[in-house]
Amino acid sequence: MLTISRELVDKIIEHARADHPDEACGVIAGPIGSDSPERLIPMENAERSPTFYRFDSLEQLRVWREMDDRDEEPVVIYHSHTSTEAYPSRTDISYAAEPNAHYVLVSTREELGEKAEFRSYRIIDGVVREEEVVVTS
Amino acid sequence: MAIEVRIPTILRSYTDGAKAVDAKGATLEELIGDLDARHPGLKARLVDQGALRRFVNVYLNDEDVRFLGGLETPVADGDTVTVLPAVAGGSR
Repeated sequence: MLTISRELVDKIIEHARADHPDEACGVIAGPIGSDSPERLIPMENAERSPTFYRFDSLEQLRVWREMDDRDEEPVVIYHSHTSTEAYPSRTDISYAAEPNAHYVLVSTREELGEKAEFRSYRIIDGVVREEEVVVTS
Repeated sequence: MAIEVRIPTILRSYTDGAKAVDAKGATLEELIGDLDARHPGLKARLVDQGALRRFVNVYLNDEDVRFLGGLETPVADGDTVTVLPAVAGGSR
């Protein structure tokens, strides 16, 4: 189960809309072991693509070091799908390598109109398990 | 003195949970060979068919080794090598 504040959900959706039709991506850091997403860091999509995303490697090093210094870990890793549903693709699954992270997918595909689809998954050893999202105020 | 290698969470099963380990070598390739001798199995997670796997980022100090010399990149005592899982994916 992912417990996340309404403010952070809105920020992710806002980021996904701003970068549409390219995929948007980012991370939410939280204290190690807390399972609590607190500090949102929108990341550059180095691919700038409607079908792929990749964190810029140097930006990632900087952000990961900062988390290390603050005793944080990536609690949420999010990205958007801009023309398909918010479900992990084969590529998403093959790259998923943070065992403690919730993988959040947002879909901004056109047929959803004003609504965005927001779903969360655990992806461990290639196995995808969707989980409940509890939004707090 | 040795070279410090920082290990990401996903690979710490190879290092008995250690976040950082020491290794030796004159190039990144030698360093990874030495790492594998101390922590068997690590090399296969980093290198495939003589090149760095696309699923990992390896940094020498503040630089991505893909922008340096890849596995041929020279390393020296006092350097820090950081391994991070690449974060990537997409709708296809």
